[in-house]
Amino acid sequence: MILDELAVDAGAFKRRSGWEIKPEGACKGDVCVPLPDSARRADGRLDVPVLAERLGMPLVSDDPHGVWALGPETAGGGRVLTTAEAPELELPDADGNPFKLSSLLGQKVLLVAWASW
Amino acid sequence: MWQALRERHHASGLEVVTVALDVDPAEARPFIEAAHPQHPSVIDSSHVTDELFGFVNVPNGVWIDEQGMIVRPSEPAHPGRNEFTESFRSVDLDTLPPDVADILREARKIKSDPDEYAPMIADWVERGAQSRYALSADEVVRRSAPRGVDEATAAAEFEMGEWLHTQGDHASAIPHWREAHRRFPDNWTYKRQAWNFEDPVRQGHTDAYDSSWYEDIKKLGAENYYPPVVP
Repeated sequence: MILDELAVDAGAFKRRSGWEIKPEGACKGDVCVPLPDSARRADGRLDVPVLAERLGMPLVSDDPHGVWALGPETAGGGRVLTTAEAPELELPDADGNPFKLSSLLGQKVLLVAWASW
Repeated sequence: MWQALRERHHASGLEVVTVALDVDPAEARPFIEAAHPQHPSVIDSSHVTDELFGFVNVPNGVWIDEQGMIVRPSEPAHPGRNEFTESFRSVDLDTLPPDVADILREARKIKSDPDEYAPMIADWVERGAQSRYALSADEVVRRSAPRGVDEATAAAEFEMGEWLHTQGDHASAIPHWREAHRRFPDNWTYKRQAWNFEDPVRQGHTDAYDSSWYEDIKKLGAENYYPPVVP
Protein backbone atom coordinates (compact mmCIF):
# COMPACT_ATOMS: atom_id res chain seq x y z
CA MET A 1 0.00 0.00 0.00
CA ILE A 2 1.15 3.53 -0.81
CA LEU A 3 1.76 5.79 2.21
CA ASP A 4 2.76 9.43 2.47
CA GLU A 5 3.61 9.02 6.15
CA LEU A 6 4.68 6.07 8.26
CA ALA A 7 1.36 5.74 10.07
CA VAL A 8 -1.79 3.98 8.97
CA ASP A 9 -5.37 3.66 10.10
CA ALA A 10 -6.22 0.08 11.23
CA GLY A 11 -9.27 -0.05 8.93
CA ALA A 12 -7.28 0.98 5.86
CA PHE A 13 -4.56 -1.51 6.77
CA LYS A 14 -7.07 -4.34 7.01
CA ARG A 15 -8.78 -3.43 3.74
CA ARG A 16 -5.53 -3.51 1.84
CA SER A 17 -3.54 -6.28 3.56
CA GLY A 18 -6.21 -8.54 5.07
CA TRP A 19 -4.59 -8.24 8.54
CA GLU A 20 -6.98 -7.23 11.30
CA ILE A 21 -5.67 -5.59 14.48
CA LYS A 22 -7.10 -7.36 17.54
CA PRO A 23 -6.11 -7.36 21.22
CA GLU A 24 -3.95 -10.45 20.58
CA GLY A 25 -2.08 -8.85 17.69
CA ALA A 26 -2.39 -8.68 13.90
CA CYS A 27 -4.61 -11.55 12.74
CA LYS A 28 -5.49 -13.22 9.46
CA GLY A 29 -7.74 -16.29 9.74
CA ASP A 30 -6.54 -18.27 12.77
CA VAL A 31 -3.03 -16.84 12.65
CA CYS A 32 -2.21 -13.96 14.99
CA VAL A 33 1.15 -12.22 15.19
CA PRO A 34 1.66 -10.47 18.56
CA LEU A 35 2.43 -6.76 18.33
CA PRO A 36 4.41 -4.69 20.86
CA ASP A 37 2.75 -1.68 22.48
CA SER A 38 4.83 0.53 20.22
CA ALA A 39 2.73 -0.63 17.24
CA ARG A 40 -0.03 1.74 18.38
CA ARG A 41 0.73 5.41 18.19
CA ALA A 42 -0.60 7.99 20.59
CA ASP A 43 -2.96 9.26 17.86
CA GLY A 44 -4.61 5.82 17.61
CA ARG A 45 -3.07 4.93 14.26
CA LEU A 46 -0.58 2.13 13.66
CA ASP A 47 3.17 2.59 13.46
CA VAL A 48 4.16 1.33 10.03
CA PRO A 49 7.85 0.45 10.67
CA VAL A 50 6.82 -1.65 13.69
CA LEU A 51 4.09 -3.42 11.69
CA ALA A 52 6.47 -3.95 8.79
CA GLU A 53 9.07 -5.51 11.06
CA ARG A 54 6.64 -7.81 12.90
CA LEU A 55 4.78 -9.00 9.80
CA GLY A 56 7.86 -9.17 7.57
CA MET A 57 6.48 -6.57 5.19
CA PRO A 58 9.06 -4.77 3.02
CA LEU A 59 8.91 -1.00 3.06
CA VAL A 60 10.14 0.60 -0.15
CA SER A 61 10.70 4.35 -0.28
CA ASP A 62 10.87 6.84 -3.11
CA ASP A 63 12.66 9.79 -1.51
CA PRO A 64 12.18 12.37 -4.27
CA HIS A 65 8.41 11.92 -4.05
CA GLY A 66 8.28 11.39 -0.28
CA VAL A 67 6.22 8.19 -0.45
CA TRP A 68 6.54 4.62 0.75
CA ALA A 69 5.12 1.36 -0.56
CA LEU A 70 4.40 -1.30 2.04
CA GLY A 71 4.54 -4.80 0.59
CA PRO A 72 2.65 -7.94 1.64
CA GLU A 73 3.65 -10.09 4.63
CA THR A 74 6.31 -12.76 4.65
CA ALA A 75 5.48 -13.75 8.26
CA GLY A 76 2.66 -16.14 9.12
CA GLY A 77 3.89 -19.15 7.14
CA GLY A 78 5.92 -17.62 4.34
CA ARG A 79 3.34 -18.35 1.65
CA VAL A 80 0.94 -16.17 -0.32
CA LEU A 81 -1.97 -17.59 1.67
CA THR A 82 -1.76 -17.55 5.46
CA THR A 83 -5.27 -18.97 5.60
CA ALA A 84 -7.76 -20.44 3.12
CA GLU A 85 -10.31 -17.85 4.24
CA ALA A 86 -10.66 -15.52 1.24
CA PRO A 87 -9.63 -11.97 2.10
CA GLU A 88 -12.03 -9.14 1.41
CA LEU A 89 -11.32 -7.62 -1.98
CA GLU A 90 -12.59 -4.18 -2.90
CA LEU A 91 -11.96 -2.99 -6.44
CA PRO A 92 -13.73 -0.65 -8.86
CA ASP A 93 -15.28 -1.63 -12.16
CA ALA A 94 -14.37 0.27 -15.34
CA ASP A 95 -16.85 3.03 -14.43
CA GLY A 96 -15.45 3.40 -10.93
CA ASN A 97 -18.34 1.63 -9.17
CA PRO A 98 -17.07 -0.26 -6.12
CA PHE A 99 -17.28 -4.06 -5.95
CA LYS A 100 -16.79 -6.18 -2.85
CA LEU A 101 -15.97 -9.87 -3.07
CA SER A 102 -17.96 -10.49 0.14
CA SER A 103 -21.15 -9.46 -1.72
CA LEU A 104 -20.99 -12.90 -3.38
CA LEU A 105 -21.05 -14.97 -0.18
CA GLY A 106 -23.48 -17.85 -0.71
CA GLN A 107 -22.33 -18.43 -4.30
CA LYS A 108 -19.34 -20.23 -5.71
CA VAL A 109 -16.89 -17.71 -7.15
CA LEU A 110 -14.32 -18.13 -9.88
CA LEU A 111 -11.95 -15.17 -9.57
CA VAL A 112 -9.90 -14.84 -12.76
CA ALA A 113 -7.09 -12.50 -13.74
CA TRP A 114 -6.74 -11.19 -17.28
CA ALA A 115 -5.18 -8.10 -18.84
CA SER A 116 -5.23 -6.03 -22.01
CA TRP A 117 -1.47 -6.46 -22.48
CA MET B 1 -14.02 -15.32 -22.93
CA TRP B 2 -15.53 -16.21 -19.54
CA GLN B 3 -19.08 -15.33 -20.53
CA ALA B 4 -19.96 -18.73 -22.01
CA LEU B 5 -18.66 -20.62 -18.99
CA ARG B 6 -20.54 -18.27 -16.70
CA GLU B 7 -23.76 -18.77 -18.68
CA ARG B 8 -23.45 -22.55 -18.37
CA HIS B 9 -23.09 -22.53 -14.61
CA HIS B 10 -24.66 -19.36 -13.22
CA ALA B 11 -28.07 -20.94 -12.58
CA SER B 12 -26.27 -23.67 -10.60
CA GLY B 13 -24.69 -21.14 -8.27
CA LEU B 14 -21.41 -20.05 -9.89
CA GLU B 15 -20.43 -16.42 -10.31
CA VAL B 16 -17.39 -15.31 -12.27
CA VAL B 17 -15.39 -12.22 -11.31
CA THR B 18 -12.87 -11.04 -13.88
CA VAL B 19 -9.97 -8.91 -12.66
CA ALA B 20 -8.08 -6.78 -15.18
CA LEU B 21 -4.44 -6.38 -14.11
CA ASP B 22 -4.10 -3.10 -15.99
CA VAL B 23 -2.22 -0.12 -14.56
CA ASP B 24 -4.21 2.06 -16.95
CA PRO B 25 -7.95 1.23 -16.67
CA ALA B 26 -8.59 2.88 -20.06
CA GLU B 27 -6.63 0.02 -21.68
CA ALA B 28 -8.99 -2.59 -20.24
CA ARG B 29 -12.21 -0.70 -20.95
CA PRO B 30 -12.65 -1.50 -24.70
CA PHE B 31 -12.31 -5.24 -23.98
CA ILE B 32 -14.86 -5.03 -21.18
CA GLU B 33 -17.28 -3.01 -23.29
CA ALA B 34 -16.98 -5.48 -26.17
CA ALA B 35 -17.61 -8.45 -23.86
CA HIS B 36 -20.69 -6.92 -22.15
CA PRO B 37 -20.07 -9.09 -19.10
CA GLN B 38 -23.06 -10.06 -16.96
CA HIS B 39 -20.66 -10.82 -14.11
CA PRO B 40 -18.61 -8.39 -11.98
CA SER B 41 -15.65 -7.15 -13.99
CA VAL B 42 -13.16 -5.10 -11.99
CA ILE B 43 -9.87 -3.28 -12.52
CA ASP B 44 -6.85 -3.98 -10.32
CA SER B 45 -4.34 -1.32 -11.35
CA SER B 46 -2.02 -1.91 -8.34
CA HIS B 47 -2.04 -5.71 -8.76
CA VAL B 48 -3.49 -6.12 -5.26
CA THR B 49 -4.75 -9.56 -6.30
CA ASP B 50 -1.14 -10.65 -6.98
CA GLU B 51 -0.49 -10.00 -3.27
CA LEU B 52 -3.75 -11.30 -1.82
CA PHE B 53 -4.36 -14.29 -4.09
CA GLY B 54 -1.02 -15.01 -5.75
CA PHE B 55 -1.68 -14.21 -9.41
CA VAL B 56 1.58 -14.28 -11.39
CA ASN B 57 0.35 -14.46 -14.99
CA VAL B 58 -2.85 -14.34 -17.00
CA PRO B 59 -5.11 -16.14 -17.13
CA ASN B 60 -4.84 -17.24 -13.49
CA GLY B 61 -7.80 -18.31 -11.38
CA VAL B 62 -8.86 -18.93 -7.77
CA TRP B 63 -11.94 -20.84 -6.59
CA ILE B 64 -13.91 -19.60 -3.57
CA ASP B 65 -16.81 -21.57 -2.08
CA GLU B 66 -20.18 -20.37 -0.73
CA GLN B 67 -18.69 -19.81 2.75
CA GLY B 68 -15.92 -17.60 1.40
CA MET B 69 -13.22 -20.28 1.69
CA ILE B 70 -10.63 -20.61 -1.06
CA VAL B 71 -10.80 -24.19 -2.37
CA ARG B 72 -8.19 -23.85 -5.12
CA PRO B 73 -5.34 -21.34 -4.92
CA SER B 74 -4.01 -19.41 -7.90
CA GLU B 75 -3.17 -21.53 -10.93
CA PRO B 76 -3.33 -21.23 -14.73
CA ALA B 77 -6.99 -20.90 -15.70
CA HIS B 78 -7.95 -21.37 -19.35
CA PRO B 79 -11.63 -20.94 -20.14
CA GLY B 80 -11.61 -23.38 -23.06
CA ARG B 81 -11.43 -23.15 -26.82
CA ASN B 82 -12.56 -19.90 -28.36
CA GLU B 83 -12.19 -17.86 -31.51
CA PHE B 84 -9.07 -16.10 -30.23
CA THR B 85 -7.12 -19.20 -29.23
CA GLU B 86 -8.07 -21.00 -32.44
CA SER B 87 -7.05 -18.10 -34.73
CA PHE B 88 -3.78 -17.80 -32.83
CA ARG B 89 -3.05 -21.45 -33.68
CA SER B 90 -3.99 -21.17 -37.35
CA VAL B 91 -2.40 -17.89 -38.54
CA ASP B 92 0.24 -18.36 -41.28
CA LEU B 93 3.58 -17.31 -39.78
CA ASP B 94 5.06 -16.59 -43.23
CA THR B 95 2.66 -13.66 -43.60
CA LEU B 96 4.07 -11.93 -40.48
CA PRO B 97 7.19 -9.82 -39.93
CA PRO B 98 10.00 -12.23 -38.95
CA ASP B 99 10.36 -11.01 -35.35
CA VAL B 100 6.60 -11.26 -34.78
CA ALA B 101 6.64 -14.75 -36.30
CA ASP B 102 9.44 -15.71 -33.86
CA ILE B 103 7.33 -14.52 -30.94
CA LEU B 104 4.30 -16.44 -32.14
CA ARG B 105 6.40 -19.56 -32.73
CA GLU B 106 7.43 -19.49 -29.07
CA ALA B 107 3.88 -18.70 -27.95
CA ARG B 108 2.64 -21.79 -29.76
CA LYS B 109 5.02 -23.93 -27.70
CA ILE B 110 3.34 -22.78 -24.48
CA LYS B 111 1.68 -25.76 -22.84
CA SER B 112 -1.92 -25.22 -21.90
CA ASP B 113 -4.76 -27.66 -22.33
CA PRO B 114 -7.92 -25.76 -23.28
CA ASP B 115 -10.02 -28.83 -22.50
CA GLU B 116 -8.78 -29.34 -18.96
CA TYR B 117 -9.93 -26.46 -16.75
CA ALA B 118 -13.57 -25.96 -17.75
CA PRO B 119 -14.54 -29.59 -16.91
CA MET B 120 -12.88 -29.17 -13.50
CA ILE B 121 -15.13 -26.19 -12.84
CA ALA B 122 -18.19 -28.09 -14.05
CA ASP B 123 -17.36 -30.90 -11.62
CA TRP B 124 -17.00 -28.44 -8.72
CA VAL B 125 -20.27 -26.71 -9.56
CA GLU B 126 -22.06 -30.08 -9.58
CA ARG B 127 -20.42 -31.76 -6.58
CA GLY B 128 -19.30 -28.86 -4.41
CA ALA B 129 -17.05 -29.94 -1.55
CA GLN B 130 -17.29 -33.55 -2.81
CA SER B 131 -15.53 -32.58 -6.04
CA ARG B 132 -12.03 -34.06 -6.22
CA TYR B 133 -10.87 -30.64 -7.38
CA ALA B 134 -12.11 -28.81 -4.25
CA LEU B 135 -9.14 -28.87 -1.88
CA SER B 136 -9.01 -28.82 1.93
CA ALA B 137 -8.06 -25.58 3.68
CA ASP B 138 -4.64 -27.00 4.63
CA GLU B 139 -3.98 -28.13 1.08
CA VAL B 140 -4.98 -24.72 -0.29
CA VAL B 141 -2.46 -22.95 1.96
CA ARG B 142 0.20 -25.58 1.25
CA ARG B 143 -0.25 -25.22 -2.52
CA SER B 144 -0.16 -21.42 -2.45
CA ALA B 145 3.17 -20.06 -3.64
CA PRO B 146 6.05 -19.43 -1.21
CA ARG B 147 6.60 -15.73 -0.55
CA GLY B 148 9.95 -14.53 0.72
CA VAL B 149 11.53 -11.11 1.00
CA ASP B 150 12.18 -10.89 -2.75
CA GLU B 151 8.62 -11.65 -3.83
CA ALA B 152 7.14 -9.33 -1.20
CA THR B 153 9.56 -6.52 -2.08
CA ALA B 154 8.74 -6.95 -5.76
CA ALA B 155 5.07 -6.32 -4.94
CA ALA B 156 5.96 -3.08 -3.14
CA GLU B 157 8.27 -2.00 -5.98
CA PHE B 158 5.59 -2.72 -8.56
CA GLU B 159 3.01 -0.71 -6.66
CA MET B 160 5.41 2.19 -6.20
CA GLY B 161 5.99 2.20 -9.97
CA GLU B 162 2.26 2.09 -10.60
CA TRP B 163 1.71 5.05 -8.28
CA LEU B 164 4.45 7.11 -9.94
CA HIS B 165 3.16 6.26 -13.43
CA THR B 166 -0.36 7.23 -12.41
CA GLN B 167 0.99 10.54 -11.06
CA GLY B 168 2.29 11.23 -14.57
CA ASP B 169 5.93 10.41 -13.80
CA HIS B 170 6.46 7.34 -15.97
CA ALA B 171 10.27 7.72 -16.04
CA SER B 172 10.44 7.40 -12.25
CA ALA B 173 8.34 4.22 -12.39
CA ILE B 174 10.86 2.34 -14.53
CA PRO B 175 13.62 1.77 -11.89
CA HIS B 176 10.99 0.42 -9.48
CA TRP B 177 9.60 -1.91 -12.12
CA ARG B 178 13.10 -3.07 -13.03
CA GLU B 179 13.66 -3.93 -9.39
CA ALA B 180 10.31 -5.78 -9.24
CA HIS B 181 11.39 -7.85 -12.26
CA ARG B 182 14.82 -8.59 -10.79
CA ARG B 183 13.40 -9.77 -7.49
CA PHE B 184 10.46 -11.78 -8.82
CA PRO B 185 11.20 -12.90 -12.38
CA ASP B 186 8.45 -15.55 -12.23
CA ASN B 187 5.76 -12.87 -11.96
CA TRP B 188 4.85 -12.20 -15.58
CA THR B 189 2.18 -9.65 -14.66
CA TYR B 190 4.89 -7.24 -13.47
CA LYS B 191 7.03 -7.80 -16.54
CA ARG B 192 4.40 -7.83 -19.27
CA GLN B 193 2.72 -4.71 -17.93
CA ALA B 194 6.01 -2.81 -17.89
CA TRP B 195 7.27 -4.06 -21.28
CA ASN B 196 3.93 -3.21 -22.79
CA PHE B 197 4.25 0.49 -21.96
CA GLU B 198 7.49 0.65 -23.98
CA ASP B 199 6.51 -1.66 -26.84
CA PRO B 200 2.82 -2.65 -26.95
CA VAL B 201 3.12 -4.76 -30.09
CA ARG B 202 6.06 -7.04 -29.30
CA GLN B 203 6.86 -6.40 -25.62
CA GLY B 204 10.35 -6.35 -27.09
CA HIS B 205 13.75 -5.26 -25.82
CA THR B 206 14.00 -1.52 -25.14
CA ASP B 207 16.44 0.71 -23.24
CA ALA B 208 14.09 0.67 -20.25
CA TYR B 209 14.53 -3.02 -19.33
CA ASP B 210 17.15 -5.76 -19.63
CA SER B 211 14.49 -8.22 -20.68
CA SER B 212 11.66 -8.77 -23.11
CA TRP B 213 8.89 -11.32 -23.57
CA TYR B 214 10.81 -13.15 -26.30
CA GLU B 215 14.14 -13.23 -24.43
CA ASP B 216 12.54 -14.34 -21.18
CA ILE B 217 10.45 -17.07 -22.73
CA LYS B 218 13.48 -18.43 -24.61
CA LYS B 219 15.39 -18.49 -21.32
CA LEU B 220 12.59 -20.17 -19.37
CA GLY B 221 11.42 -22.55 -22.08
CA ALA B 222 7.95 -21.87 -23.46
CA GLU B 223 6.72 -25.22 -22.12
CA ASN B 224 7.31 -23.90 -18.56
CA TYR B 225 5.39 -20.63 -19.05
CA TYR B 226 2.33 -22.06 -17.32
CA PRO B 227 3.02 -24.64 -14.62
CA PRO B 228 0.86 -27.75 -15.03
CA VAL B 229 -2.52 -27.69 -13.30
CA VAL B 230 -2.36 -30.35 -10.57
CA PRO B 231 -5.82 -31.91 -10.14
